[in-house]
Amino acid sequence: MGKRILVATRKGFFDVRRGRGGWRIARTAFLGDILSQAMYDRRDGTLYVAQSLGHFGVKLQRSNDGGRTWAEIAAPAFPKTAKKHGPSVDYLFSLETGGADEPGVLWCGTVSGGLFRSADRGDSWALNTGLWNVPARKEWNGGGFNVDKPGIDTILVDPRDSKRIVVGISTGGVWQTADGGKSWRNSSRGLYAEYMPPAKREDPNAQDVHRIARCAAAPDVLWLQHHNGVFRSTDGGETWAEVTTIKPAKFGFAVAAHPTDPATAWFVPGVKDECRIPVGGKLVVARTRDAARSFKLLTKGLPQRHAYDLVLRHGLDVNASGTVLAMGSSTGHLWVSESGGDDWTLVGANLPPIASVRFA
Amino acid sequence: MARVAFTGNLKRHVDCPVAQAAGATVEAVLENVFAANPRLRSYVVDDQGRVRKHVNLYVNDKRAALRDAVGADDEIFVFQALSGG
Repeated sequence: MGKRILVATRKGFFDVRRGRGGWRIARTAFLGDILSQAMYDRRDGTLYVAQSLGHFGVKLQRSNDGGRTWAEIAAPAFPKTAKKHGPSVDYLFSLETGGADEPGVLWCGTVSGGLFRSADRGDSWALNTGLWNVPARKEWNGGGFNVDKPGIDTILVDPRDSKRIVVGISTGGVWQTADGGKSWRNSSRGLYAEYMPPAKREDPNAQDVHRIARCAAAPDVLWLQHHNGVFRSTDGGETWAEVTTIKPAKFGFAVAAHPTDPATAWFVPGVKDECRIPVGGKLVVARTRDAARSFKLLTKGLPQRHAYDLVLRHGLDVNASGTVLAMGSSTGHLWVSESGGDDWTLVGANLPPIASVRFA
Repeated sequence: MARVAFTGNLKRHVDCPVAQAAGATVEAVLENVFAANPRLRSYVVDDQGRVRKHVNLYVNDKRAALRDAVGADDEIFVFQALSGG
């Protein structure tokens, strides 16, 4: 575990492996294509890559042989409607497996705001109508990606009960189901939106959830990077408390939660929403090990002069032991830390803009 | 039957040789092409059957829409718009 990283970029897929000599790019695929996600399904060993081709729409690719060969499978698509402006999937924003007890189940969050489920390893997909039909969806907004439509950027299946799922929507707040997706409710209490008029500041559907991460061993502990702050929940995402100790800034996209220690998490702050670069041109990772009472800024091995890397929502991941971290930036830098973030090694300096890194 | 040709950039993603298909409109001809080559559909039209924003259709030398009429001797080109970086 922690010896292979799947990297999805704006111009292809990179399979990065740890060998005796260190980390290296072992294989590439889909060079030139816009990718948003790459995922390993540890239940059956399948690899998935999500493409969002600029001209030709969203596609999903699957590999049954560890990435040697790929085959296109079905991609999430909205049912046809009679309406002139019926929805279409613009971008595959998040991709996750179902629980350990539901082999073959996949979830995909899209820009357009649709959540899709597959029960057959992606051979077919169905729109989750429970969430799509909530009346509050009309209040969701653009800003999730570079189109003016909401995007589902996070899908967290509860390891204790696969029917309990938390999703994060940019913008639309935090939503939860306890019945496998039949019914949903917003659980954004404690979040606030500085970009809204005062009366709408705590509107649950106006909350811009950039990313949520969950402690696997203590699933009621969740960390949330919001458009204008960092929040933590200790009750399964029912309520959220702002983390005011985050430094050097409270804006950011990515968050990683330690898999076994609910007091540890990592963030990659940027100046602020209208200036999305590292503070002072210094790229830092902010780590707490005491449940957000304090943060340590981790800089060793990261550029501290004229660095303008932005780490996007899915650009930070931690392995199953909590010791190895992978971080990819919009500037095409890929770093790995094998010391929980204490020091970082540059693995690739000239990659395309990185959308997603994930341990296999 | 109309002749349908596809941009070389699409061939990189999906098999799409030149096709001959019947139909009185661009849409009808393309539907017959998609019936024989189902994977091709989602590359050309979106979830609602609209031509993708960055795909351009031509009938002979004129930009065309799905509803436009075609004759048996016409040639439909499925090209891509220039965009991105």
